[in-house]
Amino acid sequence: MYYDKLIFDLSTEGRKGYTLPKAEVKRYDLPKSTYLRDDCPGLPEVSELEVVRHYTNVSFKNFGIEKGFYPLGSCTMKYNPKINQDMANLPAFASLHPYQPIDTVQGVLKVYHDTQTWLSEISGLDTFTLNPYAGAHGELIGLMIIKAYHRDRGDSKRTKIIVPDSAHGTNPASATVAGLESVEVKSNPDGTVNLADLKAVLGDDIAGIMLTNPNTVGIFEKDILEIARLVHEAGGLLYYDGANLNPLLGVARPGDMGFDIMHINLHKTFSTPHGGGGPGSGPVGVTKALKPYLPKPVVEKQGDQYVIIDEPKTTLGQISHFYGNIGVVLKAYTYILSMGREHLPEIAKYSTLNANYIKESLKDVYQLPIEGICKHEFVFDGLKDKSTGVTTLDVAKRLLDFDVHPPTIFFPLVFKQTIMIEPPETESKQTIDHFISIMRQVALEASQEPDKVKGAPYNTVVKRLDEALAARKPIVKYKDLETN
Amino acid sequence: MFKYLPHTHEDIAAMLKTIGVDDIDALFGDVPKSLRNQEIKIPNSLSEIEMHQHFYTLSKMNTPLIPFMGAGAYDHYTPSVIRHLIERQEFLTAYTPYQPEISQGTLQYIFEFQSMITQLTGLDVANASMYDGATATGEAMFMACALAKKETIFISRTVNPNIINVVKTYAEYKGIHVEMIEEEAGQTSRAALQEKLASTPTAGLIVQTPNVYGFLEDLTGVKEALEQHKALLIINQDPSTLSHLKTPHAWGADIAIGECQTLGVPLSFGGPYIGYMATRTKYMRKMPGRICGVTKDTDGKRAFVLTLQAREQHIRRDKANSNICSNQSLLALFVTIYMSIMGKKGVYEVQQRSYDNAHYLYEKLLALPTFSAYADQPFFKEFTVRTTLDVSAMNQALQAAGYLGPLPFSKFDSSKQDLVTFALTEKRTKQEIDAVLDIIREVA
Ligand SMILES: Cc1ncc(COP(=O)(O)O)c(C=O)c1O
Repeated sequence: MYYDKLIFDLSTEGRKGYTLPKAEVKRYDLPKSTYLRDDCPGLPEVSELEVVRHYTNVSFKNFGIEKGFYPLGSCTMKYNPKINQDMANLPAFASLHPYQPIDTVQGVLKVYHDTQTWLSEISGLDTFTLNPYAGAHGELIGLMIIKAYHRDRGDSKRTKIIVPDSAHGTNPASATVAGLESVEVKSNPDGTVNLADLKAVLGDDIAGIMLTNPNTVGIFEKDILEIARLVHEAGGLLYYDGANLNPLLGVARPGDMGFDIMHINLHKTFSTPHGGGGPGSGPVGVTKALKPYLPKPVVEKQGDQYVIIDEPKTTLGQISHFYGNIGVVLKAYTYILSMGREHLPEIAKYSTLNANYIKESLKDVYQLPIEGICKHEFVFDGLKDKSTGVTTLDVAKRLLDFDVHPPTIFFPLVFKQTIMIEPPETESKQTIDHFISIMRQVALEASQEPDKVKGAPYNTVVKRLDEALAARKPIVKYKDLETN
Repeated sequence: MFKYLPHTHEDIAAMLKTIGVDDIDALFGDVPKSLRNQEIKIPNSLSEIEMHQHFYTLSKMNTPLIPFMGAGAYDHYTPSVIRHLIERQEFLTAYTPYQPEISQGTLQYIFEFQSMITQLTGLDVANASMYDGATATGEAMFMACALAKKETIFISRTVNPNIINVVKTYAEYKGIHVEMIEEEAGQTSRAALQEKLASTPTAGLIVQTPNVYGFLEDLTGVKEALEQHKALLIINQDPSTLSHLKTPHAWGADIAIGECQTLGVPLSFGGPYIGYMATRTKYMRKMPGRICGVTKDTDGKRAFVLTLQAREQHIRRDKANSNICSNQSLLALFVTIYMSIMGKKGVYEVQQRSYDNAHYLYEKLLALPTFSAYADQPFFKEFTVRTTLDVSAMNQALQAAGYLGPLPFSKFDSSKQDLVTFALTEKRTKQEIDAVLDIIREVA
C-alpha cells in the first residue's frame, strides 16, 4: 500500500505526543495584545506512535546509501560510517553552548583545531577555517577573500573571475553573490582548460580562476602547473572547488599545484552524510599570504590552550552566526582518524580503479566522449545507439526500477546527454559488476523495447512526474492542498 | 584490507586487466611527477575501541554547563524520537532529491516543513531551509534589494550583532550599502527610522523581534512608514516564539527569516542549526533556496517535486537568485518532527514555561538591590538587565556551580559593561533558578 498521508492528515484534536514536568513556577501574564497573535498556528496534534509510524513510512519512500549503490557523479556518495554518528552525538559535545568559557570547551576546540590542521596537511594549504556551512558557502567566502586581497593591493579593477563551462552552477552563482563577474571559458574536447582561450582572457581585470581538478568530467588537468603560472603571472589567484578532492588523497595536493584558496566538502570527501541536502560543511583553506582574510571567529592554539578569537586583527568579516556546523566536523574528524595515515591515501586508488573499470566495461554500449584514463568519475554522453530516441533521462528513470541510484545526469553541461558516474572506494567489485550488468540490460532494452525504457520507472512508489505542472501552479503548503 | 575498503588482490587484478593497465599507479600517470605525494602526515588509524577511548579523553576536556544564556542558541529539550527518526538511513544518507521518484520521503518532509513555517509566520510560502538564521538574513537583504531594485538596506541596531556582522559582510562584497537604525530604550528608534527614510532611499528594513536584548519590538505602523518609501519590511524572528507572538504576516512583513535552532535542535556548540525564510506569494520567484511543490505522476497520483528551479544556480548559474545548494535539509526534518511531536499544544506549552521561568527570574532579580531594569519593555524568554555586580565574578561563581551565567552584554557592545542578558527555557527547574539566585546574592 502506498503511504500518501501528510502529518497534518493524522491530526486529531486533543491528542499529544509529549510530556513536560509539572509546572513549579506560576503563570505570568502575557504582554498586551499588540504583541500577541490572535490565532493558533495550525500544527498537528498526534501521539508519539503516530509520529514515529508516519516518519518511518515516509522514510520508506527514500533511497539511501545503505539500500544500494549510489554512483551519483560529483557527490562522492561513499559509505557514512556509524561510529562517526555516535561520536558526534556524545552529550559532552552536543550539549555545549557556543558561548561557554574557553576552559570548559577544550575538547571540542581540540577537535576543531586538529581538523583544521589535518585539512591543511591533506590539501597543502596553510590555514583552514571551518566556519562555512557547505561547498557553495565556501566558494562565496573564497571569492570574498580574492576580492579583498586585490582591493587591499589597490587593484580594484580586477572584477572578473574565470569559470570554465564545465563548472558546477554554484561557481558562477557564488561569483555573482561576491560581486564579481564570471567569464566563461570553453573547455577542450577532453574537458580540460584550453590554454589558448585562457591566455586570451587573462588580463589586468581578472581577479582569478575557479577550477576543480580533476575537472567535472573526471579528467586530471595535466597542465595545471602551467595554468597556475599563467594566472599568477597575470596577477590573478586560483580557487580550487574541492568537490573532486577524493581522487587526490595521497596522490597530489591542490596547494602544491598552485591553488591559493580552496573549499572542501566534508559531506563528500570526508564521509559525512548528505541528509537529503545538508547539513554539509565547507571548510576554506588559504595560503599563508591570505590568512589575514579568513572570516571571524578564528580558532587557534596558543601554548597548550585552544582559543577562540572573536576579533582577529584582520579578517574579511563574519559569515556564520557561530563557528560552522560542528556536528558535521565531529563526523569528519572521526572519519579522518579512522582512516588514518595508513588508509586515507588508499581512497584515491580505489575510487579511481572503480571508475575506470566501469568506464571500460560499458563503453561499448554507452557513448564515451573522452577516451583515456579518468580519475574518480567520468561521463558518458548517453547511449551509444541514439537511433531509438531513448535519452539519458530515460536511462536514469529505468535504473530506478533496479534499486540503484542513477548517476548524475545533464551535468556538466558540456555534453547533451551527460551521465556522470562516480563509484566511491567503499564499493566492492561485486556491487560494481552488478551495476554494470544493469546498465547493460538497460542499454539492451533501449534497443529492443525502447518504449519500455521511455515509460520507466515502474517499480517506484510514484511514476514519472510532471515537473512542469508543479511550476505552473505552485502548491507549496498543506493549506494550498485543501483549497485546491 | 580495511573495514571501509573492500578490494581484494584478486578484485584489483581483475579490474586492472579490464582497464588494460598493469598497476593502480598507472591510473595516475597524468599527474605530474613533481606533484606526486604518497604520505599524508596525519595520525595513525584508530580502531573503534581506540576511537571510543580517544573520545572519552576528549569528552573530559569539555564541561557542559547548565545554560542561563541564549544569545542566539537556546537550550530547549529534544524529544527522544527525533534522533531515532532522523538517523534512519533513508533520511540520513540520501542526497538532494534530484530523482523525485525515489526521494518522495525527503520531498514530503520538506513540504511539511514549508507548511509548518507558513503556519508559524502566517506568510504564504517558505523555502526548504537556509544555512542559519544569520545567513538567511543576508539572503533576505539580497532578495529585498533585487525586488526593490535598490542598493541600500536599513538594519536596526537592536538586531543580534552577529547577524548584523553577517549581513554587513554579505552586503560589502555585493556592493550593498548598510545603514544602521539606532536604538532607543531597547527598541528600534522610530524617530531614527523616519529620519533615515526621509533622507535615504532603501530596499527595506531588517528588524528582529524578540531583539538582541530579548525585548519585543512594537512594530505598529512600521509597515506603513516603509510602504510610503516603497521599502520592504523584513522581520527576523525566533520561530518558537510564534506560538504566542504576533506573526510577521500580521506586522506586514514581506520577508520573514530566523533561526530554527529553538525548535528542539541541540546546542552542539553552534551548529548545525537551520535558518528559515518565508515570504508572500508575489515574491516567491525571487526567493532563494529550494522549494518543494506538488504535482502528479503519469498515473495521476499526487507526488512532490522540487519546483521553480529556474531560480536556482544549477539552472541559471550566474543569474540565479542565490548560490545556495546543499543547505540544512536533515535539520528541516528535525524541526518538522519536533513540531509534530510537540504539536499545537506542546509548542505553546514549552514556550509558556520558558516565558514563566524567565519572568520568575526577572522578578526575583529586580527585587535585589544589585539589579535594575535596562528598559521597561515586554520580553519573552530572554531579557537584559542592568547590574552593579562584577559580571565576570558573578559568572565565575555560577560556572563553579555548573551554570553558564548570562551573556555579559559587553561581548556585543563594549560600552555596555553593566548589562547582562539571561535566557531561560522549559528545561530550567525552579530549583536551578533559585540556586542561581542564591549564588548571585552571595556575589553581592
Ligand atoms: C563540482 C561541485 N562544486 C560545488 C558544489 C556545491 O557544494 P554544496 O552543495 O556543498 O554547496 C557541488 C555539489 O553539489 C559540486 O558537485
